[in-house]
Amino acid sequence: MAFNHKHLIDITEYSADDIMTVLETAVRFKEVNERRIKQVPTLKGVTVVNMFNEPSTRTRSSFEIAEKRLSANSLNFGGSSTSTVKGESLVDTVETLCAYKIDMIIVRDKHAGVPRKIADVSGAHVIDAGDGKHQHPTQALLDLYSIWEVKSDLAGLKVGVVGDIGHSRVCGSLIPALKIMGCEVTVVAPPTLLPARPDVLGADHVTTKLDEVLPDLDVVYMLRIQRERLEGAPYPSLREYNMLYGLTKDREPLMRPDALICHPGPINRGVELDSYMADHPKRSVILDQVYAGILTRMAEMYLLLGGSEDGLTA
Amino acid sequence: MPGDGRPHGGEREGANRRGGVRVACTIPNERGGCMTEAGTVKTVCMDADEIERSLTRIAHQILETNKGAGNIALVGIVTRGDLLAKRLAEKIEAIEGTKVPLGKLDISFYRDDFATHLAPEVHSTDIFFDLDGKDVVLVDDVLYTGRTIRAALDALMDIGRPATVQLAVLVDRGHRELPIRADFVGKNVPSSADENVRLFLEETDGKSEVEILEMTPGSRAGSAPLGGE
Repeated sequence: MAFNHKHLIDITEYSADDIMTVLETAVRFKEVNERRIKQVPTLKGVTVVNMFNEPSTRTRSSFEIAEKRLSANSLNFGGSSTSTVKGESLVDTVETLCAYKIDMIIVRDKHAGVPRKIADVSGAHVIDAGDGKHQHPTQALLDLYSIWEVKSDLAGLKVGVVGDIGHSRVCGSLIPALKIMGCEVTVVAPPTLLPARPDVLGADHVTTKLDEVLPDLDVVYMLRIQRERLEGAPYPSLREYNMLYGLTKDREPLMRPDALICHPGPINRGVELDSYMADHPKRSVILDQVYAGILTRMAEMYLLLGGSEDGLTA
Repeated sequence: MPGDGRPHGGEREGANRRGGVRVACTIPNERGGCMTEAGTVKTVCMDADEIERSLTRIAHQILETNKGAGNIALVGIVTRGDLLAKRLAEKIEAIEGTKVPLGKLDISFYRDDFATHLAPEVHSTDIFFDLDGKDVVLVDDVLYTGRTIRAALDALMDIGRPATVQLAVLVDRGHRELPIRADFVGKNVPSSADENVRLFLEETDGKSEVEILEMTPGSRAGSAPLGGE
């Protein structure tokens, strides 16, 4: 079980075995997170830079907590204070960071491809924390973890991804990751919220009718309606979106009794999910996903930073 | 090996004739030994009976030192120490009639060689009782450099505050790199640094014995992989 990755940028570079290694390692961090002292010395002396060039509260907090619980030294870099605002190029910024002798860069950027560029010029380990509309691999891994934890086997699961596929970087990693793990993926969205080539993501089915597919799904993954990314009104109103694509109490009878509800957060209550479904004690794993974010990010950093050769012993 | 009842000269072949060696052993080398992933089997230094007797003695010693089983907790280091701790707990129960708390500890997150050797599989740490105030007996299979124990002590202290921590090992092979010693030792096995001393247990490997292996390039000292070679 060799894990030979330096970066986590494109989920399609990971095999099913690699992904399982991340998920199984994440389980081991559960015990650490349930202790009175929620910290292990594993990454003592390692410096991780959180380079968030786009607003992010949840992902950044999750990474920061994961870093602290692994005893890494972390530096927050980015936002309005960055030197890019003063006209410095990305490459110069990264080279400056590298001159600080850092070990890992966590990157969030509004432009797709920035994490790869940073990996090419930096020599540090890079984790993509969301780039443009491209990928968000750590989100995909925490989603897989949450689903796997309940369903115990990912292969063969029927997963519906519902909502704003076109603007979603979550989909860019989630759908390929689900396919790598052997799930059957159905994309559900109004035509205006689909990308020009939905097939490129690798989904098995594309439909505009939620009610038709809902009875088949083991997992319903609701995407956030990203109001800040909407221009040109892809649907007449949020209320109409809610009626056609919202997962509401009225739709529960259509769902399988054991179907799960996932959401990457933050939720627009009353738009893609109503409160009944978002807080559903049996179906909703939304808060488990938040916790899984800590566990899987600890596992990702542990696996990417550890072991320059294959270990033989535990 | 003084005391193990076998002549020195015949150790390598002797090991082969014992029949316990080797399910996984298929490539005979020029010295009559057998190649495994971990190295060539040079000698079996403890067999199943010897392991059993040592554990019985250690169980008695633990009880003697701690004046009974009242405040003891056993914590085994995965992947072999946890199995030994379980056996010790059974023996202590048989002697004193007391069930002692039993836990297992994985030290992957505490290793000092994390940057060069990533644990291929992180096992679980399960300590479902309060360590505070307990007399904790750490249990491991082979005591070598002492670095595993250093890591285990750090891990224990993060989980709770034991009154005392004692160390029981089945084999002490020497070569300490840190000021650590065991309180209870099954057997002292002099070894050289290019040898590997490994415990195999019935539960995971289908046989119980301690073997001295000549290390092949690329292999490292440590516990045998779970499920044998």
